[in-house]
Amino acid sequence: MNGKKTLGGKALELGKQYSVPIMFILICAVCIPLSGFSLSYLANEIVARMGRNCFLILCLLFPIMAGMGLNFAMTLGAMGGEIALILVADMQIWGIPGVVLAMIISIPISALLGWLCGSILNRARGREMITGYILNFFVGQGLYLMVVLYMMGPIIPIRHASIKLPRGYGIRNTVSLLNMRQCLDNLLAINIGGVKIPVLSFLIIAVLCLFIMWFRRTKLGQDMRAVGQDMQVARDAGIKVEQTRIISIVMSTVFAGFGMIIYLQNIGNMPTYTAHSQIGMFCIAALLVGGASVDKASIGNVFLGVILFHTMFIVAPSAGAVITGDSMVGEYFRVFVSYGVITLALVMYEMKKRSMKSLAGQQLALAQKEEEQQ
Amino acid sequence: MGKTESPLQKSGLKSMVEQFGLPRLIIAGFLLLLFIMAPIVGADLPTQISNTINRFSWNAVLVLAMVPMVHSGCGLNFGLPLGIISGLLGATITLDLGVHGLPSFFVAVLIATPFAIVLGGGYGWLLNKIKGGEMMVATYVGFSSVSFMCMMWLMLPYSNPKMVWGLSGKGLRTTISLEGYYDKALAKIAQINIGNVSIPTGTLVFFALLALLVWAFLHTKTGTAMTAVGSNPAFARASGINIDKMRILSVVMSTWLAAVGILVYEQGFGFIQLYMGPFSMALPAVSAILIGGASVNKASIANVIIGTFLFQGMVTMTPTVMNSMIHMDMSEVIRVIVSQGMILYALTRKTEGAK
Repeated sequence: MNGKKTLGGKALELGKQYSVPIMFILICAVCIPLSGFSLSYLANEIVARMGRNCFLILCLLFPIMAGMGLNFAMTLGAMGGEIALILVADMQIWGIPGVVLAMIISIPISALLGWLCGSILNRARGREMITGYILNFFVGQGLYLMVVLYMMGPIIPIRHASIKLPRGYGIRNTVSLLNMRQCLDNLLAINIGGVKIPVLSFLIIAVLCLFIMWFRRTKLGQDMRAVGQDMQVARDAGIKVEQTRIISIVMSTVFAGFGMIIYLQNIGNMPTYTAHSQIGMFCIAALLVGGASVDKASIGNVFLGVILFHTMFIVAPSAGAVITGDSMVGEYFRVFVSYGVITLALVMYEMKKRSMKSLAGQQLALAQKEEEQQ
Repeated sequence: MGKTESPLQKSGLKSMVEQFGLPRLIIAGFLLLLFIMAPIVGADLPTQISNTINRFSWNAVLVLAMVPMVHSGCGLNFGLPLGIISGLLGATITLDLGVHGLPSFFVAVLIATPFAIVLGGGYGWLLNKIKGGEMMVATYVGFSSVSFMCMMWLMLPYSNPKMVWGLSGKGLRTTISLEGYYDKALAKIAQINIGNVSIPTGTLVFFALLALLVWAFLHTKTGTAMTAVGSNPAFARASGINIDKMRILSVVMSTWLAAVGILVYEQGFGFIQLYMGPFSMALPAVSAILIGGASVNKASIANVIIGTFLFQGMVTMTPTVMNSMIHMDMSEVIRVIVSQGMILYALTRKTEGAK
């Protein structure tokens, strides 16, 4: 059955594997001319968005390595980053020192949340994604609100009136990070043909990429992949499965915290209660658009995904307005595409998992039959 | 082993707690505390009770929509928005046809039915392809269908001036008033008013009827077969039950109940909410049935009734009582922590496999 593969079959398989990116290239090819944006505007936007988003998306790779699927709970790390930014804004430390300090403060918060998430996910094995997804609501709309809206003021001292609600406790709906705005992006930035390239941000992303590449080769990285492939085999080989899984989630949330700080310093202000609500969905959708699946993702997927997904995101509203005469249709279209891509990836992953299982069953039956004949 | 031989009283109490579930006990205790606190802090208890009953009547059918899918082993129906969309299609088409009064409710149910059957059938077929990963896929099927319908609400050719945007004359509004249509249509039937308490008898009877139907169905031969598919697929296959067919049937039932559920909700609430409205409706219903004592693969009608009552009681009571107590509206946070915490608890329980 699984004999030689013809060239056509190979091409078909390749097309199947990259069906989502190909589909997106087609969407972009149709929408870019319709939208009427100039190429230099598009290039500028995409480069800016790459600098803003890549770090956040890269942090999704760790749980995928450990076989825990798409980390819908990466928002926990984003919240850690946000709390750190609030504290730094309250201390009135701005610019690069502010960003660095925020990153340092975010580490214990994100790590604690990551540890909590990892231990809960360990109890919900085989259901990591839905549990992570619910956890994201639990922490995002529950615990985070409790801390930021009620505890900041009476319990966690907030001195600066500009970020505090007039009633005396809780944080305002937006925290201005104007004095921090694009401080990473503007340092060392160069301008090529009208396109501003934030070199430092790209350097930071490159460092994380190198770290991931190095990490894959370490003992811990190998353990993680072993756990991802087969938990039982990994346990027999003496790997502490639970611990490894928790570490992968903690790493993901800590880097997500950093990523959120980079993201928000680029934007320049922080919508306190909504900044994290969509971030997980968009990051996951971008990664999947880049050709990743639930159990396999590479750094290349991240970059391809960011470029394709954000091109679609920029051009969809105006292209939609041209096609249907209503700009809202385009807005809804991009939301639909983000969700649709995640749905498609999840369905394909589950189907693959099932067919693998039945294939293994068939092979086992075949082997038994052969044994009987002998 | 030693534990079972401990004094009868202790083990009796312990098993009772275990059977009822600790989180449920805490929530029931919390609600009881709220009811006791309400008169003390000066909240109007009859109004509160009336609100709780009314909200129960709006939401109960949506929670009931969880039952068939849990029975056939498809897990919690996070894809509830799909059924809600069928209901919304029924509602908007009815309004566009210009049916008024009580009949409009039943016309809406009638029109929603074919949509629910088609969408539910497709959804069930998809879920059969991905056995084992239903819940996550269901969530995202719900989301994508909601965002797809957002485009459709704008583009479908509706013409009733009460529904479309006034200026452009096309594209549905985000909220549509049901005044003159089926606003409180069921609730008004034999409504009982005692002082501040008003009981929507019609809605409650309608829910009871549906619940009875589901209960009766689950005790027919097909219903038993469905339960068998959920609790022991291998046994079900051995006894000659077509598993895939059973699962599709259960999904269609759940979708239809969700469609009727949203119509009942609308007639109580008085408005149709379109666009992102159905987006966040699955999680409250899921947590309600879990609070009522269901688990990922086991649910009964009693779970629905207890759960909806506890959940809606909590939702209505917390804001007023908390506000008058500490002048700090933490009710939203408490609601989220309790409801999502309940879902997390259900997902992380280890005794899941055993029925």
